Amino acid sequence: MTTKMFGAPIQRREDPRLVTGGGHYLDDLGHTAYEAAFVRSPHAHARIVDIDVTEALETPGLIGIWTHEDLAGPVGQNLPLLIPHPALTAPRTGYALAKDEVNHVGEAIVLVVARDRYAAEDAAAKIRIDYDFLPVVVGLESARAATHLVHEEAPGNVSAHLRQEVGDVTAALAGAPHRLTFDLSIERSACMPMEGKGVYASWDRDAEHLTLWSSTQTSTGVRAAVAARLGLPLAKVDCITPDVGGGFGVKIMHPWPEEVLIPWAARLLEHPVKWTEDRREHFVSSAHERGQLQQVEVGFDDEGRILALDVKFWHDNGAYTPYGIIVPIITATQLLGPYKPGSYRVEFWSMFTNTVLVTPYRGAGRPQGCFAMERTMDGIADYLGVDRAEIRSRNFILPEEMPYDHGLMFQDGRPLKYDSGDFPASLAKLKELIGWDEFTAYREQARAEGRKVGLGIGCYVEGTGVGPYEGAHIVIETSGRVNVATGLTTQGQGHQTAFAQIVADELGVPIETVHVTTGDTRRMPYAVGTFASRAAVMSGNAIALAARAAKAKALKIAADALEVSEDDLQIEDGIISVKGMAEASMPIGTTAVLSNPLRYAFDEAAKAATQFAGTFDADKPPIGDDEEPGLEGKDFYSCTQATFANGMHAAIVETDPVTAEITILRYCVIHDCGTMINPMIVEGQVHGGVAQGVGGALYERMVYDEYGQLLNASFMDFLMPYASEVPHVEADHLETPSPLNPLGIKGAGEAGCIPVSAVIASAIEDAEGFPITAMPISPVDLWELRQQHERGELPALRRAHRDPA
Amino acid sequence: MSTQFTLPDAEEMLPVQVQINGVRHGASVPARRLLSDFLRHDLRLTGTHVGCEHGVCGACTILLDGEPVRSCLMFAVQATGHEITTVEGCGTIEAMGPVQQAFAECHGLQCGFCTPGFITTITAFLRENPAPRAPEAREAISGNLCRCTGYQNIVKSVLRAAEIMAEQGGQER
Repeated sequence: MTTKMFGAPIQRREDPRLVTGGGHYLDDLGHTAYEAAFVRSPHAHARIVDIDVTEALETPGLIGIWTHEDLAGPVGQNLPLLIPHPALTAPRTGYALAKDEVNHVGEAIVLVVARDRYAAEDAAAKIRIDYDFLPVVVGLESARAATHLVHEEAPGNVSAHLRQEVGDVTAALAGAPHRLTFDLSIERSACMPMEGKGVYASWDRDAEHLTLWSSTQTSTGVRAAVAARLGLPLAKVDCITPDVGGGFGVKIMHPWPEEVLIPWAARLLEHPVKWTEDRREHFVSSAHERGQLQQVEVGFDDEGRILALDVKFWHDNGAYTPYGIIVPIITATQLLGPYKPGSYRVEFWSMFTNTVLVTPYRGAGRPQGCFAMERTMDGIADYLGVDRAEIRSRNFILPEEMPYDHGLMFQDGRPLKYDSGDFPASLAKLKELIGWDEFTAYREQARAEGRKVGLGIGCYVEGTGVGPYEGAHIVIETSGRVNVATGLTTQGQGHQTAFAQIVADELGVPIETVHVTTGDTRRMPYAVGTFASRAAVMSGNAIALAARAAKAKALKIAADALEVSEDDLQIEDGIISVKGMAEASMPIGTTAVLSNPLRYAFDEAAKAATQFAGTFDADKPPIGDDEEPGLEGKDFYSCTQATFANGMHAAIVETDPVTAEITILRYCVIHDCGTMINPMIVEGQVHGGVAQGVGGALYERMVYDEYGQLLNASFMDFLMPYASEVPHVEADHLETPSPLNPLGIKGAGEAGCIPVSAVIASAIEDAEGFPITAMPISPVDLWELRQQHERGELPALRRAHRDPA
Repeated sequence: MSTQFTLPDAEEMLPVQVQINGVRHGASVPARRLLSDFLRHDLRLTGTHVGCEHGVCGACTILLDGEPVRSCLMFAVQATGHEITTVEGCGTIEAMGPVQQAFAECHGLQCGFCTPGFITTITAFLRENPAPRAPEAREAISGNLCRCTGYQNIVKSVLRAAEIMAEQGGQER
């Protein structure tokens, strides 16, 4: 009997290789390649007057130096606007190498290729560039003031303005018994994968074929973009994603300038070229996210039910908008979480600043939306003197209301329609796990001991598994080896295990025989990419469908050979047998032999498929009409809309009465991502998401000065949490399967980080007794809030007037 | 009286003699070549990874005479006369070391990029403290950055590695 693999917390099959140093990340490839370095702008906004490379030309080991004027044809044109949108009225994208003007510190201006990176940097250091300085716009306040413009063609520094409204918010607000307003802000952070970006390209002059490897979240996207920029037929370009040392969103952006230039140089030089991003480069020339200013007005009834929600926010998109306005659209739509406001209006302005561009970072706009919504919920609870969990439950969409259509358009241009979820059940589990009802007594007891503790909560809904599609191709060899290819990429999600679990169950074969390849355009040229918690939903279901197709073919062949009906057959442990007649059987590999009629025998198995083996019906052609040789299955999964995962987090936080140090005492998670392929991997995703959320809530911020210099562009100064800062996560799951896909999966990748800033703000507010409206919050920030509070500049929560304790 | 040093030219070739994972290596390298680059690109021991180039993230941690050291903060020539253990020296796919085995069992890694630095660090830690408590295990790994796991399963891996080593009778790899 085959053990069921789907749902089992089995160990990852990639790990023995990765823990023994056998990984192949980008910089582990191409030891003989030339290496590239870049001269990047040290100024945030300037015109390039002159580039003088004279002194650099004598550098030992130098191969070549190129500036924008060397880039003839498409390679020198503006990089593509990947996701156009009608509301994005002033889109701007940069160039592979800056043309005439730079718009942020770190923008690439000169490409240097040399024998190795040391020599390339030697040469880069000797290149002199003269600039005419332009006024710098840093931060949303400065962008909104629009005293200076980042781009002349973007009046008011606005790239996009979008408004969506459901119901009559103005009327509902006017008629609401109670109204509150909130001014909120979230600072910039960034994905910061441990491995930065990297590109390695090799041009085969004889075949006129380009092979490139990129540390990317979309090999098909990079391949298409590079082919277009280099004027190559798609058939002459392949992109392979090696092991990737983390992505978290930044590597879904493409093509990065380096992804265009490295292949371009490799073809020009007819020699492999490689570029490995260093950490400082990653800080100043990749992407950031999160920065928003928000204004919320809410109208609600005496019970705390929201009658009208009116949200305006300003989103910092940095210097360029190559990834469109996906992030603010997600904020605008996912802000609603598990709630149903009576009416909703959301309006955002996406703003240019002279800083690193902004593209999705795990959560992709959701943490900001969740922060706005959950701060509002806590505000209503405090105003009415109602328990914070109770206020939330009064606004929940109920299970019987599913599917629930918000009447808004989501990030995929499709309806924001929740497919499933049981929010009351999730909340009940969370309250039980954290000990919600006992907390007030605990807080009072702590207060009596001179300690300040607070309890916080945050709920979210996450649109996952967005389209358009993913595909899978399965090939079963005569040995019984099952090769599975799907086009999206892997950067730590354990796809070689989780996808193999799906195939093992669908086909009825041992998991050891299943081998999964991701992110290789030679094996599966049709794919979108790994983002939006979509891999398990999209590729998982495509793989299941492809496996079912392969199984149907195997059963058909076996039924012919065993002279029984397909319905009487089963596959277990890789053996096809007649139900109840174990002796009438054949290994699945034998059906692979029979599927491919041969003229030539190359091994024992192949002999059985040759013309004189006597295994075929002489009256039929070896391959029938509408049939294909080989035991294969190929299918694609596509869906009318996204799936919607959800979850709720709660934390207990202690703040030091003297130093304002903030410590998370407990962190609890209830998570519903539908059915789980491998709960161990899902839980790992939750842990990692929470850790990134904690970083965003308490430590990580991008500190720009007024000149647009990023002052903390190193791991010494940008405070990513170590083990000493991350709490132990107590997680429990609820599985409400998605009705939208065959496997019932809803996606899990981003969830952990979404509500953390909201939860920590809620808990600190509870501990301190005054509102927390800006994240991240450091001990210094909290100490200053306490000072303001003592001076009477920051009013206490209303509960203080009801509960003078 | 102060001694007069003449700094070598950055590209001046200098000899390096070092024992790595039990194998003696002799080479001539530029004076400025980092130990991490020497290991990765000259010897092609690419298990050691570089995450920040300034000694903070710990991905490049190797054992130098048994002590954890950031290989991105050392020149290759400085390793002369020393013994180095990299992640490749902590076990193989066929015969994983106890720390490696524990990581695989406890889901102690996701993308795997930081993992070699954790494996070497923990290997050294468990020699000093073969039976750590959970807070000690957490403290031991708090000089290495991981962006994927949230560290919870790495703490678990440290404790499990200690168990495996105890089961194996305290044998050191």
